[in-house]
Amino acid sequence: MSQLYNKLLEDVRFQEGIKACINCGTCTAICAAAEFYNYDPRIIADTVQSRNEEKIENLLKSETIWYCGECMSCKTRCPRGNAPGLIIMALRALSQELGYFVESEKGRQQLFMKRVVGGWILTYGYCLYLEGIGTNMYAEQGPIWDWRQKNWGKVLDRLGANYKGEGNGILRKIPEEALDEIRKIFEVTGGTARFEKIEKFSKEKAEAMNLKFDDGIDNEYFQHIYSHNNNTHNIE
Amino acid sequence: MKVEGKQAIWKEYQKDIAGDKYFYVRSCVRQNFFPGSETTFLRIMREELGKDIYEHPCHTTCTGIGYHGDVVPLDTMMTVVARQFALMTEAGYQNLVPSCITSFGIYTEVLDTWHHFPEVEAKVREYLRKATGREFKIPQNLAHASDLIYKFRKEIAQNAKFKLVDKETGKPLKVVDHIGCHYSKMFPEKGVGGAEYPYVLAGMIEDWGGEVIDYPERRHCCGFGFRQYLVQANRGYSVACSHKKFESMEPYKPDMILTNCPGCPMFLDKWQYAIAEMEGKTYGKDGYGIPVLTYEELAGMVLGYDPWDLGLQVHQVSCEPLLDRIGIKYDPLKKYNDKNGVSLGVPEKPSVMKVS
Repeated sequence: MSQLYNKLLEDVRFQEGIKACINCGTCTAICAAAEFYNYDPRIIADTVQSRNEEKIENLLKSETIWYCGECMSCKTRCPRGNAPGLIIMALRALSQELGYFVESEKGRQQLFMKRVVGGWILTYGYCLYLEGIGTNMYAEQGPIWDWRQKNWGKVLDRLGANYKGEGNGILRKIPEEALDEIRKIFEVTGGTARFEKIEKFSKEKAEAMNLKFDDGIDNEYFQHIYSHNNNTHNIE
Repeated sequence: MKVEGKQAIWKEYQKDIAGDKYFYVRSCVRQNFFPGSETTFLRIMREELGKDIYEHPCHTTCTGIGYHGDVVPLDTMMTVVARQFALMTEAGYQNLVPSCITSFGIYTEVLDTWHHFPEVEAKVREYLRKATGREFKIPQNLAHASDLIYKFRKEIAQNAKFKLVDKETGKPLKVVDHIGCHYSKMFPEKGVGGAEYPYVLAGMIEDWGGEVIDYPERRHCCGFGFRQYLVQANRGYSVACSHKKFESMEPYKPDMILTNCPGCPMFLDKWQYAIAEMEGKTYGKDGYGIPVLTYEELAGMVLGYDPWDLGLQVHQVSCEPLLDRIGIKYDPLKKYNDKNGVSLGVPEKPSVMKVS
């Protein structure tokens, strides 16, 4: 029995995500990622149910597991009640736990997600906190977003928000005692440990790749993982 | 009463939606991109419908984008959700209403997981106790904010000042609905109409005078994909998904797109601009885009609220052609004003897509 398979089984999403896959390919037919990337969720399900240690290790180090968009369309369609999207979530969790995520271009992007989204959650209590995030990083947001950024607080005020204010309302300042509770939850449930692992393995990878690394978002490694695409991921 | 025929077919997709006394949790995406929608939702619930809808200043993100971006572990997400349940319990409420579809999916997933794995619920209760000292009760009723507008759609229709009808021809407007994936793809029985024929937005469109348009890629994802949009190197995934939808709906000439997920209207709005810049193609009439509205904006619009109170000015695709067709009056000179009526300047115009 594969040790990695046993590790996956510890995740309830894996238990819920796969019974016996019949390899019909319905998930692949409906998959948004399979239309864009060289990606086939049917093969993901088949690989994990092989319980082959080497194949699962290769999967955990691969680009493949990072292609899914977690829309969960596969969950609706599978005639056996499987959900490749849930299998992917368990694989991604284990890949980060073992440090395998830095072996792929797409996996290395987890440092972006940790520092940006993770940072907003722990600093402000929101998944997104977009003042100052401009069209230099998100060009498709367009001229209306430039206008909004220029007038960030005033537009929020016009539309009934309570930006950085006390009490209730849109983008209010979440009280420090509430944020302390969230941080404590991260500590006791493994959220902080996950973040530390992402940082540790990313730093080691940056050294191996000879890219400059620090704790901000302007360093060479961070900019590389945010924008680099080796153009081998897509369907021809 | 004997339930048969069509009623029997739809029975499992009839959703129980609480009638009053709601604990409201906000959406991170909505608050940043469509703040006017949350303001409008609370205005309708409280002022039009007279409902008790409570917000706690200490509630936070559910961690949804972090969870589906796979940097926030399952146990962490579940314990943050348990803390929201604790705030609801302490405030004396039992009916939870998330503004966000990702959150709605997450709350549904957590409750389903605890149902199948009671030992996981026990573990999360212990985590929450250790981290915060809080206890909680499981919500008696969980409904997305769009479920509430759906439930009260007929009351809204009775108070409506406008119908979704072309004022010149008298014909119903053609409306495309786009349901957020996590509304019912994971747990079809938790959404009005299930995953194949979700009725939550179609019901609003029909009762407010419009015509629902079916098209091949109606159920395709808008392309957020969490890390697929947020990381620049992956963003082609996102635009490819939206592009597929626009191409598929184009032959049906929709007058507008209606959405119930916080992220989808942003992507369907902004990618129309980007596609126009990249390929020179626009999907609306006369070089404009197809207006993309939130259900709160649409409800406020038929109720006769000022379009600039709803926040239609923060869309990249102009909504004025739609307002004109219905016959809704607005003051173009007030579009870009602050709350004191002072102009905040005018955004630059896109180079391809026409804007008002």
